[in-house]
Parts: sequence; structure tokens; C-alpha cells
Amino acid sequence: MTLLSVQNLRAYYQTQAYGISRTVRAVDGISFDLLPNEVYGVAGESSCGKTTLIKVISGNAKPPLKVLEGSVNYTFGERTVDMLRISQSELRRNVRWKQISYVMQGSMSVLNPVRKVIKTFQDIVDTHEHIKNKNEFLERTRTHINRLGLPAEVLNAYPHQLSGGMRQRVAIALATVFQPALIIADEPTTALDVVVQRGVLQMIRDIQAMSSNTVLLVTHDMAVHANVADRVMIMYAGRIAEEAPTESIFNAPLHPYTQHLINSLPVIGEKSTKASLKGSPPNLADPPSGCRFHPRCPFVMDECRTVVPDLVSVKERHRVACHLVKEDSL
Amino acid sequence: MLKVLRDLLRYDGRFRLAIILLGGVVVMILLSYDSPYDPGKSFVVPWDLPPSREHLFGTTSRGQDLFWWLTFAVRNSLFLGVVTAIISRVISVLVGLTAGYRGGWIDRVLMMVSDTFVVLPLLPILILLSFLLRESMNLLNLAIILGLFGWSFDARLIRSQVLSLRERSFTRTAVYSGTGGFWITIHEHLPFVLPIVFATTLNNILWSIGMEVTLSVLGLSDLTTPTLGTALFWANQHGALVAGVWWWITAPAMVTVVLFLGLYLLFTSINEYIDPRTRLRLIGG
Amino acid sequence: MSANGKLLDVQHVTVEFHIGGLVGGTLLTAVNDISFSLESDKPEILTLAGESGSGKTTLSRLLLRDLEPTKGKVLFEGRDVSTIRKRSEFIEFMKKVQPVFQNPFDTFSPLRRVEAYLFDTVKNFGMASNRRDAAQVVDDALHDVGLSLDEVRQRYPHELSGGQIQRVAVARALISKPKLILADEPVSMVDASLRMEIVNLFRELRDKQKVSVIYITHDLATAYYISDRIGIMLRGYVVELGPVEDVLERPAHPYTQLLKESVPEPAPKKRESWAKHIDLGTTEVKEYGRIGCKFAGRCPKVMDICHKADPPDVRVGQQTVKCYLYSGPVEKDAAEVST
Ligand SMILES: Nc1ncnc2c1ncn2[C@@H]1O[C@H](COP(=O)(O)OP(=O)(O)OP(=O)(O)O)[C@@H](O)[C@H]1O
Ligand SMILES: Nc1ncnc2c1ncn2[C@@H]1O[C@H](COP(=O)(O)OP(=O)(O)OP(=O)(O)O)[C@@H](O)[C@H]1O
Ligand SMILES: [Mg+2]
Ligand SMILES: [Mg+2]
Repeated sequence: MTLLSVQNLRAYYQTQAYGISRTVRAVDGISFDLLPNEVYGVAGESSCGKTTLIKVISGNAKPPLKVLEGSVNYTFGERTVDMLRISQSELRRNVRWKQISYVMQGSMSVLNPVRKVIKTFQDIVDTHEHIKNKNEFLERTRTHINRLGLPAEVLNAYPHQLSGGMRQRVAIALATVFQPALIIADEPTTALDVVVQRGVLQMIRDIQAMSSNTVLLVTHDMAVHANVADRVMIMYAGRIAEEAPTESIFNAPLHPYTQHLINSLPVIGEKSTKASLKGSPPNLADPPSGCRFHPRCPFVMDECRTVVPDLVSVKERHRVACHLVKEDSL
Repeated sequence: MLKVLRDLLRYDGRFRLAIILLGGVVVMILLSYDSPYDPGKSFVVPWDLPPSREHLFGTTSRGQDLFWWLTFAVRNSLFLGVVTAIISRVISVLVGLTAGYRGGWIDRVLMMVSDTFVVLPLLPILILLSFLLRESMNLLNLAIILGLFGWSFDARLIRSQVLSLRERSFTRTAVYSGTGGFWITIHEHLPFVLPIVFATTLNNILWSIGMEVTLSVLGLSDLTTPTLGTALFWANQHGALVAGVWWWITAPAMVTVVLFLGLYLLFTSINEYIDPRTRLRLIGG
Repeated sequence: MSANGKLLDVQHVTVEFHIGGLVGGTLLTAVNDISFSLESDKPEILTLAGESGSGKTTLSRLLLRDLEPTKGKVLFEGRDVSTIRKRSEFIEFMKKVQPVFQNPFDTFSPLRRVEAYLFDTVKNFGMASNRRDAAQVVDDALHDVGLSLDEVRQRYPHELSGGQIQRVAVARALISKPKLILADEPVSMVDASLRMEIVNLFRELRDKQKVSVIYITHDLATAYYISDRIGIMLRGYVVELGPVEDVLERPAHPYTQLLKESVPEPAPKKRESWAKHIDLGTTEVKEYGRIGCKFAGRCPKVMDICHKADPPDVRVGQQTVKCYLYSGPVEKDAAEVST
């Protein structure tokens, strides 16, 4: 039973201006499944394609982003939804908000700066015709806010009166009133300090525990994944490098990139020098041949330069794309 | 520069059309220097002739060849528009950049002056000035006056853009690189406000030509100088439409449309090219 | 040179902002009676940490002479920086104190080549007499950060990675051979792999170039990794200051304890304690307006006296702590109190 199944997804940005055309291969052959009732983390360095992946699976792909191949299929109980074929009106009426909520990078801006928070909630009610009874909805909003431990006053405040962390929590509350099956959060805490970050992530966990839905959490901060995610996918240059339960990612990483990520994390109480990754991040408009990590890999072999490694299952629920790791015969 | 032209010509249909339209206007302007008739003289050709091979746009009731007369009119109107635009652009860029970057009392004083110009009722003042200056109200003086009145709103626009640029880190990087205010303005801020300057240049040219038409129709400009405005004034004076001399109105109107449309297309296409966002996309940002 | 051997001496500085309308409105003390100093002959990395809105940026702007203190003095090499008036003096000051900013992608104008900033700096600070020497100076500075002029020549910011740009930014700051670099959240916008690249660079600067660095962040893990001393800021105050090992391994102030607990550890086994619910407190302005200790509203160990007056600075081991818990007649050990 899966909630979402993504198969061999390829989505490129294709732009053209004054005769110079560029293709950015931001998502290049990605397959993975999301299960009901889990927190799935996506990690990877800046501009490796995390946001792009999310845009496609949440039905927000607009030109210049084009999906070239692959499938994105949801199963919401009895209903199945093919995200690449669904009509915009159907998406707006029955899927967005109700089944899938997307807390965007920098999502605090969803709150209208000149309107009280409650008005923003109402505005959104108005644009979604599927909500018939406004009063019922407002009541529901109040209970929801209450349940999440946010003070009731926030509804009557203007966004600028709230701190950044409070705004972010209100934005998340807004996205989850309907208890959607899938909550997608793109870097929900990157701009926040550690104390506030902790509060926001705790809230996300609470929501998840309360309604047993699935959370897709995107952030490049590995320490956050360690504390929040059940499974983690490590992306590198538009592809999956490794995917495993959080414990395995941190205790037995197999891909050299993951190993580097884990080993270079600074920890309080430890001062030994941590090396940074050599070389520069790959250019997705002209990615390296073979394994995309090979120019920076300490264990590079000839094969890596020419052959693209397959993503193979090595243990239960542990997949990795590296020529050093051979498929488990289990 | 050549590469810019080549890119625009090759990839932008608007630019090509603009070049064709404005090419026609330029040819007219060049021809004016070789005109067989003096535009100041009347009754040099038979009057009220409709367009023909010999008189392309026909002749007027004052016995002038309309085509050749309009070559002067276009030249003068465009001259007026360009001079106005140059004067007012220079002022608005200087004021906008300085007020935005310097802030404090300099900003307050400059914005007070600019606000004064925004609220002053331009047309009555122009009418008054035309009366007072009657004799010396030639095109150049009119351009200067219009230039002095046409900068204030755009200076405000530029200033508000600079205010936000000033808060960007790269401005502070420049400050701590020891760069003085003048060069920060030129190197860091000007490139970002150029699109505004360009977009408003067009508006300004059109506005200034339009103002001149208004003044002429009221009979307040130097009516002996051929311009698009005076063309309409004389046509009107002689009741051209009533008398069936429709070409006297149509020809200047057509030339005006070609000029305005050409300028519009030219500016929108160049503007898109120099817009930082497009440039960033172009260099792959 | 300074009389007392101090590179930077911050003496009881206070910065107040008026917020609200012209009439009425309130005073917000963004920096409140802060003092600390850096030695001339002992380059060090001093971290200023604290949650958002605790006054870190305001303090750094003060040190950069971007802002005048309402009260108190900032002495740089013995000279009160607020007496700098002439442009030539300001240039001299900037040669010795240089900033590095938060967002690498905004540090340089996207429409200019990055080398232009490097050459401007050489020219404005008179670091070379001709174009060839200038290129040499620039190249040297870039070598100090592990780059070379050939790598960045003719490049626009977007053609470099975040880590490279941040290194160019540091190289630019190094051109004038500064004594002090102020880095305001230089890694908060970059991902984990770039983060280490940049903090390692600061470490190297201190060890090889003998440059002192004031590193502003809320990331305690990197702070621990690179700094010698750390000051914890809360609503305008430095509530705890001391060697980073002491402060972060045995935090004395309850606020430091909360901060440290909130750092997510990259170890899934330890998630339980981090998941314990916390109180995020009231809004920023309210906390700023609080009488007595600003943390009293959230402090698990709050006492009556905390609501009445500012706590005093107390020495606890190597640390200086602003907290009533330690101001009793007998100084208690930090570890004892926190258990
Ligand atoms: N609208 C766009 N047009 C062209 N290219 C784009 C566009 N948006 C993103 N890209 C490119 O696609 C690649 C992937 O970007 P994406 O935003 O998915 O990265 P990310 O992993 O979310 O990074 P970050 O951690 O910085 O948010 C990048 O190289 C980026 O430059
Ligand atoms: N120019 C100003 N006018 C009024 N208030 C200001 C001004 N600059 C800062 N403040 C206020 O002073 C307080 C401290 O701000 P500051 O930017 O120094 O915090 P910070 O510690 O750098 O926070 P962050 O981690 O979010 O960068 C905040 O409440 C802020 O709103
Ligand atoms: Mg992203
Ligand atoms: Mg700050």
C-alpha cells in the first residue's frame, strides 16, 4: 500500500532567450514511493533539484519546467490520481488542500501583509468553492489552531505583528486545516533560529501524529532529518544517491556523498577538523558524465566516469546508486 | 553593441518591425535636408490637390506639398521629443539616484522640489509662458521647458528603486571596498534603474510631442515652424475636413502613428533586452 | 598602536531604536550595556550567538561604524571610532575592519563581474600602484582562500558556487590586510557542505593570517567548532560570555541551556530529548519591554527577584553570567545548578 508512487521522473527547465537555449536537468530519473503515515525527508545540497521534484509531484510544474517522462500516481483511499494528467480544475477542487498541502519555501509570504490572519484564511475559503459553510470552516480553523497550541489571538493579528517563527507556524496551520493525506514542507525552518526551528518542527510532528498523514520534509540540514524523519532520500545533482531509514543513513551510510555529509557535520563537544567537500557543485545545465558525483568522489574509479550507476536495493528499504556497492542478493 | 543589434534583429519580431517603421521616419527626416520646397513659403505648388505620383501626400490649401512639408514636421517634432527626453532623463536620473542613495535631508529637499513639480498645473503654466515668451518660444526653448517639467515623477520612481538597492548587501560590499558614493551609484545602482530610464524615455518623448500638439492646436506655439502639431493647426484653420481636403489631416495622423508605434516597439524590445532579469536569464543566472 | 594592547574594546555600549509613530511609540534597546574586548596580539574567533532579534546584527553594525551607539564607546586600537569623521580616516578604519555578509548571492551585484570588487578594493585602499601589482595583490588574496585570479576572472556571481562566492567575499575583505573581520551569519544561507568550507576558512585565517574574527550565528555547532570564546545574546544583553568549551559544554545561564538543547544533533538515537516541547515565549517586542531579566517569562528556574531588576554579571568558573541563580552569597558551580 503506497500513498504516492513516482516512477522514473524526468523534469527539465528549458529556456530560450535571444538564441541561447539552456536545459537544466533538475530532476533526472527519480523513482520512489511514499507510504501512509511516515515522515519522509529529502536532503541534498542547494540547487540539486529538491524544490523542482516537489513542484512536479504537487502538480505545480509550469513552464519553463517540463516533465519529459515518468509517472506520478497517488492513491487516496479508494481514489487514484495521476498527477501528470489531472485537470487544473479537478486539482484545485478536490486535491489541493484537501489531499495535498504544500508549504512552500519562504511560505510565510502566503499571509497577506495588510489583512488580519483570519481574513487570509477566509480569502482562501472564498477561492475554494468546495467549502460550503464558512462558519463551519471558521470554527474548524479555531479548533485546529487551538489543537496546535497556537494562541487564539494570532487569528486577529496582522502578519507583521507576529514573529517569523509564529508566522511560519500559522502558515503551516493554514495548510493543514483539512488534515490532508500528504503535507509537503519545503525548507520550513531554514531562515529561523534553533529555538524557533525546534518549535516549528515539533508542530509538524504533532500534526503528523494527530492525523497519521504523510509528511514530505525537504531540507538540506541533516541534523533536522536525524530528529524528524523516518526515512531519508539523499539527492545529488537531480538524482537519488541513496535512500534508507534514518537510522541506516546516519549509522551505515553507503554512498560516498552521504558518508561525507554525515562525517562533516559539526557536533558540540568535538573539535577535530572536518574536511569540506572538494571541487564545486555540478552544473545541472552540463552535468558530469557517468556518476554525477565522480569529480568530487574520493573513491572514484574508471567505471564511474562513464557508466551511470543504477539505484539498487542493498538491504530492506535501503537503496543506493554507487559502483562500489553491489546489489544484495536477498 | 553590434552583437546586441544582431541578437535583437534575429530574435525579436517587434524590433524588426520597429526598424522598418522608424526607418521610414528616418528616410523622411533625411529627405528634408534635400527638400525642393521651403516649408516657410506658401503657394509654391497648386493647392488642394489630392495625393498623386507628383505630390505623394497631396497639397494643402496653402499651396504646400504635404509630403515635403511633413518631412520637416517629423524632424522638428522628433527633435523636440528627444531633447525634452534627454533633459528630463538626465535630471530624473541624477535626482533619483542621489536622493535614493544619500537619503537624509538631501533626499527630503530633492523630493520636496520634485513634489512641487508634480503638483504644478503644467498646461496653464505653459499657456502663460507661451504668452510671455511669444517671440522667443522656439522649439528648443519649448523642449527645455518641457524637459524641466517632465522629470519629477520618474525621479521618484528611480529613487524608490534605489532605496531598496541601498539595502542590498552588494551596496555595503562596495562601501567597505572603499568605493565613494558617486561610483556606487554608477556601478551598483545605475544598471538596475536603466530599464526605468528607458521605459520612461519613450513616455516622455510621446508626452512632449503631444504637449506640442496641444499648444499648437490652441495656436500658442510658434506656428511658422512645421511640426506635427502645427500641421493639425493649419489644417483646422482652413477647415480641411469640411472642404474635403481629408489628406491634410490623414497624412500627419498617419505619420504620427508610424512614429509612435515605431518608438513603442523599439523601446519595449530594447527594454526587455536590458532588463536585469532578462540579462540574468541570458547569462544563465 | 593601542595603549593597552587591545585591538577592540567595547565599553558599555547601548543602542536604542524608536519604534512606533513619531509621537508615542516605544524605545527598544537592541543592544544593552555590552562590554567585551579582543587582544591585539592574540588573534581569536569570538562568536556572538542568540536567537533571532537578539541584537547581533545591531552590534555588528555598531562595530563596523554603520551605526552610532546611544551610550558607551567602541575603541578600535585605542581610538574611539565615533570620532572618525573625515573620509580618509574612515578609509584607514575600513582597511583594518572588514565585513563578510550573510547571503553570498547578494554580496556582489549580479550585473557586475566579481573581480571588479576586488580591483576596486585594491585601488581605493591604495594597496598597489599599478594594474599589474593590483592583479598580484588580488591573486594573493584569492590564494589565501584557496582560489586564484584565473578561476574568477570574467565571472559573474551566478557563475560561481555559493561557497566560491563566499570565499571571494572573504578574499576581498583580506585585501587590505585587516586585523578584524566581522562575519554576520556568513553560513546561514548556505547548505551543510558549503558551511564547513566557509568555517574552515575562518579557522585558517586566524591561524595563518593572524586575523581576529567576530562570527555571528545561531548555529551553535559551527560556533563550537571554530571559535575560542562565545557570547550568548538575549534581547540586547550578553547573558553569558566565556570560552566556547565551557559555555557550550556546561552552560550556566538557563537561556544558554535552552539554546544548546534546541540544537538538533545529527544522531537519530538522541531525538527524544530534542522532541520535548518548548515554550516559544511571547513576541519579541514584549520581551524587549520586560523589566528585569528578559528571559524570566520563559525560564524554568525563574524566581521572584528576576521580575524586578536586571540581574548582575556573575563570574562562574571561566564564564561571566548574567543571572540571579549565581548571585547568591556563595558562588555555586554551574554544573551543580543545572542538574
Ligand atoms: N524557473 C527556473 N528556470 C530555469 N532554471 C531553474 C528555474 N528554477 C530552478 N532552476 C534550476 O534548477 C536547478 C534545481 O533548482 P531547485 O530549486 O530545484 O533546487 P533546490 O534543491 O530546491 O535548491 P535549494 O536548496 O537552494 O532550494 C537549479 O540549478 C536551478 O538553477
Ligand atoms: N533600524 C532599526 N529600527 C528599529 N528597530 C530595529 C532596527 N534595527 C533593528 N531593530 C530591532 O532591534 C532588534 C535586534 O535586531 P537585530 O537585527 O540586531 O537582531 P539579530 O540578532 O541580528 O537577529 P537575526 O538573527 O534575525 O538577524 C530587533 O527587535 C529589531 O526589530
Ligand atoms: Mg529549494
Ligand atoms: Mg541579524
